[in-house]
Amino acid sequence: MNARVKTVLDELAGLFVDDGSLAAFAVVLILIIAGAVKIMNVPPIWGGLALLVGCVAILVESLLRATRTGKK
Amino acid sequence: MLRLRHRSTAFIAQTSLRDRIRASRLADMTAGGGQAKVQHDSVGGPMLELSTVLPAITAAFLASLVEVVEAFTIVLAVGLTQGWRPAFAGTILGLVALALIVVVLAPLLALAPLQLLQFLIGALLILFGLRWLRKAILRASGHLALHDEERAFAKETDNLRHHAHNKRANYLAGLAAFNAVLLEGLEVVFIVLAVGVGHGVVAWASLGAAAAVVVVLAIGLAVRKPLAKIPENALKFVVGLMLTSFGIFWTGEGLGVEWPGADLSLVGILVLFIIVSAAMVMRLRPRRRAQLKVVK
Repeated sequence: MNARVKTVLDELAGLFVDDGSLAAFAVVLILIIAGAVKIMNVPPIWGGLALLVGCVAILVESLLRATRTGKK
Repeated sequence: MLRLRHRSTAFIAQTSLRDRIRASRLADMTAGGGQAKVQHDSVGGPMLELSTVLPAITAAFLASLVEVVEAFTIVLAVGLTQGWRPAFAGTILGLVALALIVVVLAPLLALAPLQLLQFLIGALLILFGLRWLRKAILRASGHLALHDEERAFAKETDNLRHHAHNKRANYLAGLAAFNAVLLEGLEVVFIVLAVGVGHGVVAWASLGAAAAVVVVLAIGLAVRKPLAKIPENALKFVVGLMLTSFGIFWTGEGLGVEWPGADLSLVGILVLFIIVSAAMVMRLRPRRRAQLKVVK
């Protein structure tokens, strides 16, 4: 039963996480931007632009790392 | 029946969300500086509807097409090797479990504050979309093998034949169908809620997903073979682009970003990711060729 629950949880996590670093970077980016906008009162539009640029950078970094190291 | 129940639940969530969006817009108008907002809304209203509904339907349809094909492949393998009884039993149980999840989830979504919902779902969409996009780029550039439904079908068939003399064969076959329907279905449910809930178009997104189910079942029942001709990677590419764009847009809206051009900025985000993805495919292809040469 435990093994089955673990399998289901793994599959659920797998919906969002493939490359652990990509997911971790994305979560950290979103949290930093949310903190900057909500706590440090950074204008939301700058937060939005940072989110856009950050997501592009994270995707490019993940792809380059995957092709360099062979970890897919 | 289940599909009807799913739709009615989604409709309830959509209706209450739509009311809340209207209420928050009304509050914006009455809170001062209302004239500009009223003009913007009255002029941009129909455009906003179309620009919100069409991407939601398209994303839900294309993403569901990919997931339903994958589930169908497994159910077909179960049906042809072990008989249709365990295949149908597993499928129906999977659909019941999915319906229960939707029935529990939809009212909870209606309770959460809209901005928080947009932020959380947007963040999940970014993770989901970037994952699909990354995989699609790696496949398009030759670094990952394309998903092969015929191979998946052969693997599942072999696996089931291996257990054919086992006493628990029917149970295992039913379980395989149940798992496929539940897990792929969960992805469909997530996508429908994610692309629909941010602007209260869950019912439209459900319609897109339902259309995908009908298309796959109609083709599948006609050919009774794995649907290997569907260009899965191209679909994943498009859906990855759309989900990532939706995710960034809604996370921003959840943080209070007023995107330039309102909903139309979604198109701008989408175009940026198309350019970046195409550039990455072109850049990574030569690298793959060089790696292959070294191996030879």
